[in-house]
Amino acid sequence: MTLTAEPVATEVAVPQPATVPVPEHEHEASPKDVLIILYSGELEKTWAAMILASTSAAMGVKTRVFVTFWGFQAFVKDSKRITGENWMQKMMSFMQRPGISHRKLSKMNFLGMGPWMMGSLAKKYGTASPKELLAMAQELGVEFLPCQMTMDMFGIAKDDLIDGMSEPVGAASVIALMSEGAAPLFI
Amino acid sequence: MATDAKQIAQVVDAKGLSCPMPIVKTAQAVKMVAPGELIEVLATDPGSTKDFVAWAKTTGNELVEQTVDAGVYRFVIRRK
Repeated sequence: MTLTAEPVATEVAVPQPATVPVPEHEHEASPKDVLIILYSGELEKTWAAMILASTSAAMGVKTRVFVTFWGFQAFVKDSKRITGENWMQKMMSFMQRPGISHRKLSKMNFLGMGPWMMGSLAKKYGTASPKELLAMAQELGVEFLPCQMTMDMFGIAKDDLIDGMSEPVGAASVIALMSEGAAPLFI
Repeated sequence: MATDAKQIAQVVDAKGLSCPMPIVKTAQAVKMVAPGELIEVLATDPGSTKDFVAWAKTTGNELVEQTVDAGVYRFVIRRK
């Protein structure tokens, strides 16, 4: 008995040309707009950025916040303890705890004593916390644009981010907004 | 000339709140009323006197009245 090989199916999937649509440049800015580039992650700078963003939106000004580098951790969920895939990313996230409620002061942090005092004073004088201001800003329509490069470098997944963030963008989108006239603030 | 309380469509109590909450709360309240309707804002933040003028100018809403009584600032705003 001779063993004859079954003819092998030769149907090879022909690679189809990629048909991913090129997204249009969707963020068209006007000279009345405000663009905050939030680069820093300290409590007081995050706070100032949230005050300006919520006020700007409350004044009917189209407002966008591009979050990048150290500013990024404030937009990771408070409940997230560690982000990243490799040990270096995990270490980075351990040293700058994620979440807007876990920001440290650049001065007088005193192992958390400073932020605690700031929080107590804010409550006493009716100042809203960065977290409350962030919620207000989102409600008033502020767009928060995550920096794709920071997400990649720190190993931050989309699931790690708070709800309501826009699609990640790069530096070119930010420059385009500025060239279209949005007033830039680098915090 | 005091505005008749009956004409006020919504009251924003921002007493005890500091910048930027009186403005933020007002911006939220403006969305809840129809154009032409009045909103009354009560605040204790002294900075709000200047802030409400700036806010009205930028947003185009009309600052109809501005009074102060015993440390409470009262603003009447007409939605544009």
